[in-house]
Amino acid sequence: MKTKIVKSFAGKRGDNVRSDCYFEISEKKSGGIKLELKSKVASMYGESIKSQVVEMCKFFDLKNANIYIEDNGALPFVIAARFELAIKRLNPMEQKEFLIPLNKKTIYKTTKDKLRRSRLYLPGNEPKFFLNAGLHKPDAIILDLEDSVAYQEKDAAQLLVRNALRAVDFYSAEKMVRMNQLPLGLNDLKFIIPHNVHVILVPKCESSEDIITIEEEVERIKRKWNISRDIFYMPIIESALGIIKAFEIAKSSKNICALTIGLEDYSADIGTNKTLDGKESFFARSMIVNAAKAAGVQAIDSVFSDVGDMENLRRNTLEAKSIGFEGKGCIHPRQIKVVHECFAPTEDEIKNAEMIIAAFEEAEINGIGVVSIGSKMIDAPVVKRAKKILNYNG
Amino acid sequence: MKLVKNAAGRIVPNEVNGRKEVPFKGINEHKPFGYKAKPLIKTCIDYPLSGNKLVKNLKDALRKCGLKDGMTISTHHHLRNGDNLTNIIFDTIHSMGIKNVRWFPSASFSVHEHLIKYLEDGTIHHIEGSMNGPLGKYTSEGKMKGIGVLRSHGGRYQAVQDGEVHIDIAIIAAPTADAFGNSNGVTGKSASGLISFSLVDSEYADNVIVVTDNLIQFPCIPWQIQGNNVDYVVEIDSLGDTKKIVSGTTEITKSPDRLLIAEYVAQFIEESGIMKNGFSFQAGSGGTNLAFVLFLKDRMKAKGIKARFVRGGSTKYLVQLLEEGLTDYILDGQTFDLDGIRSMRENPNHINTSPFTSYNFHGKGNFASIVDVAVLGATEVDINFNANVVSHSDGYLLHGIGGWQNCLYSKCTILAVPSFRDRIPVIIDDVTTLCGPGELIDVIITERGIAINPKRKDLISIMKYSSLPIKSIEQIRDEVYSICGGIPTKPKLNKEKIVAIVKWVDGTILDSIFQVL
Repeated sequence: MKTKIVKSFAGKRGDNVRSDCYFEISEKKSGGIKLELKSKVASMYGESIKSQVVEMCKFFDLKNANIYIEDNGALPFVIAARFELAIKRLNPMEQKEFLIPLNKKTIYKTTKDKLRRSRLYLPGNEPKFFLNAGLHKPDAIILDLEDSVAYQEKDAAQLLVRNALRAVDFYSAEKMVRMNQLPLGLNDLKFIIPHNVHVILVPKCESSEDIITIEEEVERIKRKWNISRDIFYMPIIESALGIIKAFEIAKSSKNICALTIGLEDYSADIGTNKTLDGKESFFARSMIVNAAKAAGVQAIDSVFSDVGDMENLRRNTLEAKSIGFEGKGCIHPRQIKVVHECFAPTEDEIKNAEMIIAAFEEAEINGIGVVSIGSKMIDAPVVKRAKKILNYNG
Repeated sequence: MKLVKNAAGRIVPNEVNGRKEVPFKGINEHKPFGYKAKPLIKTCIDYPLSGNKLVKNLKDALRKCGLKDGMTISTHHHLRNGDNLTNIIFDTIHSMGIKNVRWFPSASFSVHEHLIKYLEDGTIHHIEGSMNGPLGKYTSEGKMKGIGVLRSHGGRYQAVQDGEVHIDIAIIAAPTADAFGNSNGVTGKSASGLISFSLVDSEYADNVIVVTDNLIQFPCIPWQIQGNNVDYVVEIDSLGDTKKIVSGTTEITKSPDRLLIAEYVAQFIEESGIMKNGFSFQAGSGGTNLAFVLFLKDRMKAKGIKARFVRGGSTKYLVQLLEEGLTDYILDGQTFDLDGIRSMRENPNHINTSPFTSYNFHGKGNFASIVDVAVLGATEVDINFNANVVSHSDGYLLHGIGGWQNCLYSKCTILAVPSFRDRIPVIIDDVTTLCGPGELIDVIITERGIAINPKRKDLISIMKYSSLPIKSIEQIRDEVYSICGGIPTKPKLNKEKIVAIVKWVDGTILDSIFQVL
């Protein structure tokens, strides 16, 4: 009698693969679970890998299968994500989720007006970049489900990012996830909302309806999981239409924490190329700043994509700061330090701020309503900005 | 052969390859003092008065040296992974029907995988040097006939002087030589920088053959190896693959995590007060150990500080320090790139040193202990600060010791290592193989934290207010175990079969390497 074999594949293998693994499952009618493990850490964690897989077979009620594992030093949260994927590719109707234990170090809070000078993009299907990302002290990390993930691996990235949110210590960096564009992206939310995500990046956002649609789904998931903490949104404006509607988008929810811009797509949309000078996007960037400030949220700049060119990164970031941006995207950990240095207040700014605060306090003590330095009047926003500068280093 | 527990608590044999051995007794507890090995003394009248010692080929030279079964043949490793000569030597020895040779290289590389067939057919009995890559795997699987002996560069000098290893025939690859045997590594198409790892061979071997692919008219200047110690000179077409002898240019690591470690190292050296005018440091080879030099350089410039000397292996980064006036000298043991070679050839302040000046236990002092700070690597470090550089956590041999053990004598030894590699913990409970006792290791710098040896109360107190992530080594280990998924299981080893031993710098046995099952 011929047995029907159903086979599925998941994960990565090959000479250049690190910190990842590859699974093949061939389901059988009988014979129990047979594991074959090829791993460079077999002598250290071979038994641990096998028992993890056996436990997951029980969870998913997989009883008869040949399972082949090729491991290049994947950590347990990666193994779990890859194996769950192999099972779900074998049985697309499988609805159960295998949730790895929640690492307590991954639980921390954020606030709407948190410092967001740097946010480090991490391709959502590349676990090797996750582990040490937080060590480089970005203000935020972004687990990306969108452009850095191939279409046929979207399911892989969803599970991996979910597991990373539960397992990886990002050392108090704010945890952001860039979802996919609507409508596809709506399906990403159930993999991230219940697992300690702080901010959702909404790509190619063009209207307030986008945010409302997303927020409805987020609220539904929050109710289901009984989550009360706020989840914030950072829309990425990447088109001419989006720029025109920037203010409307910034006001679309009280949980919008910042607006940002995607310059590659924006430049293409207006029919030009992105240049180092950025003259072509000056208007758009100024619009973002203006819309964000008008709506009372942060304005955050795009990324600088030449990871080897620290000098122009510095120039580019200082320019962003000068037109009102408060943060910059980073695509390499080495960019973080430079970005932070650029956004740090200069000595002159600190001196000036100290003067303003001193004058303000003096005016308060003397009961004078109007604050001035010399002949220059000082308004409330100026005082607020001075306080912000002085509080910069905690 | 009996197995005993040495002073470090490791199980070691009291006899290796038929020779009585002394188990490790503790740091500086063993003093092999007295009249020791003596070189064979010859007379000039047995050599051509013309100074021409050329013979027609390698086989002829070996025959004239009286090559026979069971002899010890030594080579150096300055040609690194570009070394073809050693493979040619053993092809020749094999063609002469010679068996049971002891190979005594200063190190081996993966290019020497070629020699596995000679280990298999009995041409080579065993290796005393390093067993890297494929040779390490072969040895670890228990296939080598004799027991491998791993020594440091200094330990190699000591072993010859103590008579542990008597070299019958030394074969010295010389990128440039004259017919008298004067040779150097700074010129010629196969230039390797220097060839000083062969110094002890040239002084103590019964017979010395220089092999060159760049024969020049007498005198060959500088003579890093003196022709007066050389018996025969052989000219061949090519010593090896020049691209693999040195790299055209050394690139700093691009790994952000390694760079982070390197930044921590530089910050530590500055904040601990080690970085001051007239200080000295040693940079090891490998990514992190190269990268810290760049960060330290920025700090030296910012503070207007200059080093008295730095120790290589040199690369363009050390050469830049010298050329920009940030150090008076490079005292160099080997050169890793073309800039290193150029500098050594042209700059009188780029000095060629040897294991004798730098590392030898029988020297009347040596340079290693004068160095203020040495930044080195390791494959494993345990919570007692013991470190391993020769084996993998699965028990397989993968590297030689190099100058690593000798450098531990510096005033401050820093190991710059990732806390884990993929899923392989580096900071662990107990090293697989002990190569360096923790009492000589002062600081462990990882991407997840910096641990200072509790013995270094001075450093702990200086670094108390540092912004660096100073932690206990146990904290780092715990974090690593929690990331990697628990305590790793130990490799399955055959504790009945020792495949190699690790010598300490004084010639005692520090640890054993067992067959991997």
